[in-house]
Amino acid sequence: IIHYCLIKSHKEAAKYEKKVMVLDFVTPTPLGNSWGLGGTCVNVGCIPKKLMHQAALLGQALQDSRKFGWQFPEEVKHNWMTMTESVQNYIGSLNWGYRVALREKKVTYENAYGEFVQPHTVKATNKRGVEKLYTAERFLIATGERPRYLGIPGDKEYCISSDDLFSLPYCPGKTLVVGASYVALECAGFLAGLGLDVTVMVRSILLRGFDQDMANKIGEYMEEHGIKFIREFVPIKVEQIEEGTPGRLKVTAKSTKGNEVIEGEYNTVLLAIGRDACTRKIGLDKVGVKINEKTGKIPVNDMEQTNVPYIYAIGDILQDRLELTPVAIQAGRLLVQRLYGGATTKCDYVNVPTTVFTPLEYGACGYSEENAIQKFGEENIEVYHSHFWPLEWTVPSRDNNKCYAKIICNIRDNERVIGFHVLGPNAGEVTQGFAAAIKCGLTKEQLDSTIGIHPVCAEVCIRSHLPIPASVAFWDKHNLGR
Amino acid sequence: MAALWRRRRRLLGAAGLCRTARALSGKPEYDLLVIGGGSGGLACAKEAAQFGRKVAVLDYVEPSPQGTKWGLGGTCVNVGCIPKKLMHQAALLGSALKDAQHYGWNIAHPVHHNWSEMAQAVQNYVKSLNWGHRIQLQDKKVKYFNVKGSFSDPHTIRGLTKGGKETILTAEKIVIATGGRPKYPIHVAGALEYGITSDDLFWLKESPGKTLVVGASYISLECAGFLTGIGLDTTVMMRSIPLRGFDQQMASLVTEYMESYGTKFLKKCIPTKVEKLESNRLQVTWKNTDSGTEETDSFDTVMWAVGRAPDTKALNLETVGVKTNSETGKIIVDASEATSVPHIYAVGDITEGRPELTPTAIAAGKLLAQRLFGQSSELMDYDNVPTTVFTPLEYGCVGLSEEKAVQCYGSDNIEVYHAYYKPLEFTVAERDATQCYMKMVCLREREQRILGLHFIGPNAGEVIQGFALGIKCGATYPQLMKTIGIHPTCAEEITKLHITKRSGLDATVTGC
Repeated sequence: IIHYCLIKSHKEAAKYEKKVMVLDFVTPTPLGNSWGLGGTCVNVGCIPKKLMHQAALLGQALQDSRKFGWQFPEEVKHNWMTMTESVQNYIGSLNWGYRVALREKKVTYENAYGEFVQPHTVKATNKRGVEKLYTAERFLIATGERPRYLGIPGDKEYCISSDDLFSLPYCPGKTLVVGASYVALECAGFLAGLGLDVTVMVRSILLRGFDQDMANKIGEYMEEHGIKFIREFVPIKVEQIEEGTPGRLKVTAKSTKGNEVIEGEYNTVLLAIGRDACTRKIGLDKVGVKINEKTGKIPVNDMEQTNVPYIYAIGDILQDRLELTPVAIQAGRLLVQRLYGGATTKCDYVNVPTTVFTPLEYGACGYSEENAIQKFGEENIEVYHSHFWPLEWTVPSRDNNKCYAKIICNIRDNERVIGFHVLGPNAGEVTQGFAAAIKCGLTKEQLDSTIGIHPVCAEVCIRSHLPIPASVAFWDKHNLGR
Repeated sequence: MAALWRRRRRLLGAAGLCRTARALSGKPEYDLLVIGGGSGGLACAKEAAQFGRKVAVLDYVEPSPQGTKWGLGGTCVNVGCIPKKLMHQAALLGSALKDAQHYGWNIAHPVHHNWSEMAQAVQNYVKSLNWGHRIQLQDKKVKYFNVKGSFSDPHTIRGLTKGGKETILTAEKIVIATGGRPKYPIHVAGALEYGITSDDLFWLKESPGKTLVVGASYISLECAGFLTGIGLDTTVMMRSIPLRGFDQQMASLVTEYMESYGTKFLKKCIPTKVEKLESNRLQVTWKNTDSGTEETDSFDTVMWAVGRAPDTKALNLETVGVKTNSETGKIIVDASEATSVPHIYAVGDITEGRPELTPTAIAAGKLLAQRLFGQSSELMDYDNVPTTVFTPLEYGCVGLSEEKAVQCYGSDNIEVYHAYYKPLEFTVAERDATQCYMKMVCLREREQRILGLHFIGPNAGEVIQGFALGIKCGATYPQLMKTIGIHPTCAEEITKLHITKRSGLDATVTGC
């Protein structure tokens, strides 16, 4: 059974002439939102997020363009509905595309909620409550996750989550984003970029799990560009002052460090405090699949197999794996190739690159600085870093010391590059190739001997000297005793 | 009279004596003298200075036929990469303005582009770089002379200022890095009087208006590209194929996109004459070599982008015996950048058989200095140098073109993986992605080493850079396939390439 976007694996299985069925069902959000086939990434994740991030970037581009000679009337406003409609139309075309793809590959698709009722048997319940039973030789669980709620008065009634944001039929207005995850920061980022008044409420640190040096730089940049941060507070109550689209909400929050209580008024409260695996209500107990009781995640071996031999799992629900679309896709494809194609390749979870699409984008691959120190010891690590000023930012006089790149090398292993971090425009495009190079065992020497492409941001990550003033960018060895 | 003259002579003699004395004493004034303050020259000089050497840089810009000149920094900074990329950015922002409306931004029309405003902003930035370079040289204690240098003897350079004042400089080692300048098709009547080149384009104070760009080089296409992007009526005249030397399939996609973007192309045409009209417009006559007919049209500006020639004439190289290639005029160097004269070296666009790129000149200059003064023996590696053509739809590449690979290894021994893709950002913007394409040329044998990677799309330079590193590490197709993609980006499609040209299957990427 599948719950979402692992179309690749079903298509893959169908390639081997196996009879495949996909069950996909979206339990509506507390506010009643639902969506089509494709899963989180397509409907309420990567795709709409990147499109709205693009909308925000275009807002910035408009401002830049004036400095490059473009002339148009002063007042430029953003229309939320125009954007959302375009985004939703595109998503609709993807939902449709998946249905067609499954049909072409002769994969049976049912829009029904699947749960195990006994070994090898699943009950599928559709929207109208009609139940059907299906049996299969093997099962693949890929039900993913849904946003977590705070568990405070008013959260489910009045707050929205990323599940609601991308199809919101009205402009969210003055928004409070609760959380410090990349979901929180990316959403806060593009909402501010579209011209909205945005505040982010953070309980402790930003982007837990990511390189903290980079996380702080991201936060700083966002703050310098108009996003307010309320640190070390958590909401304890959300009340409605006025109904509407958007309405007015009063949020009461308590300090994590003492007894201070603050209040604030917002049009929208977006909760982005984490996601919970959809594993509690799919009958796993009926077939004996063990899950981590605390997190709900499913532990699997390196072949994506659960403790029940004929049941596999992939994607966001896996314990100790990255919650990323490309990882899920790769794992799914390789799994099927192993099951039906006689292949033996396992999914390589090491050095998986990722990008956070905040206003200043952050691309990373490999170890964070702190993890590198922890794993290899401070004396065995060398960190090379540099600030840089993208050429495109010079003419519009944008920040000249915010973009930043750092490379972490393992001295003991031929100065092998074990961590790559870049903060700047098109961070994803920049990082992808470096991830490939890291997969090939890139060393500092090879980095130094590669010629840069000029003039692009990525070349700063190679040791090339740019013909620009000394004050702006240069490489130097950076000792960790900062 | 005689007394005055004698006194002056004695004065001159005194200064001259000083230098001559030093020369006579056998010790050259400088450890290193670099002729040419561009990418290669400056990098070499600054690196040498790091080793505590006495270094001097001579830089001089002979004004273009139209009278344009500029400051320290060379072609890249003044009339190349930098202003080019900034004007390309201006054009891209024009597209962004159109896209923005689809994304909900309400921009009231009309939207105009003001050349003067853009040009001034770009020129100001370039001037800040000129200034920055001068400060850098000062900081690194490199002596800078704004003089035109030529050889008097193997260790002596005669420098002439604009006003004709002479300076004599001697050096232990000399590096020639005088670069190149645009060629004029002097057999075309009116070419020199009425046409401009890239030397002038970036310094124009007024809009070039309706422009004819003659040439099929990346310079021609990049310039025509951004001129079209800022709203000017632009035509490219090409004698034969576009982007000679580059992968031809990719070159066609580049020009196809430009055509759909609004640039007009006159293919298989060669100009015969340029005349000035009473209205001050230029009447250009050309021959269509396909049809054999002669055609004519008028333009505000005609820009020649028919190639660049090395700047060696004024150097007086014959006096000291530095050999040049008889056909190209470029200086012949060996793998260590040494010329035919042992203590004279050359780096950058002036050298024969090297890529004409800023990063290679810089790297070569630095490594040269390290070998001369720093006990290094590392030679410059000119293999697998990545590059990007900044046309409206950018083209980035590293390694061999498909034709080259077939030539070197035989088509049976190579596998070409390819894909047509659509950048996510194009979807909502309703932009045409017909030419967004990538291909990887690999060896077919077991290891499947990657020989070349080609990518057309937005931010092509950013995409290719990291993969160039991978290729430097000997990346193979399986290694790339093991690399997980970053989603959603254009670059991730490279890690998913799996359709081969050989299979004949549809290479369009579908879905997520």
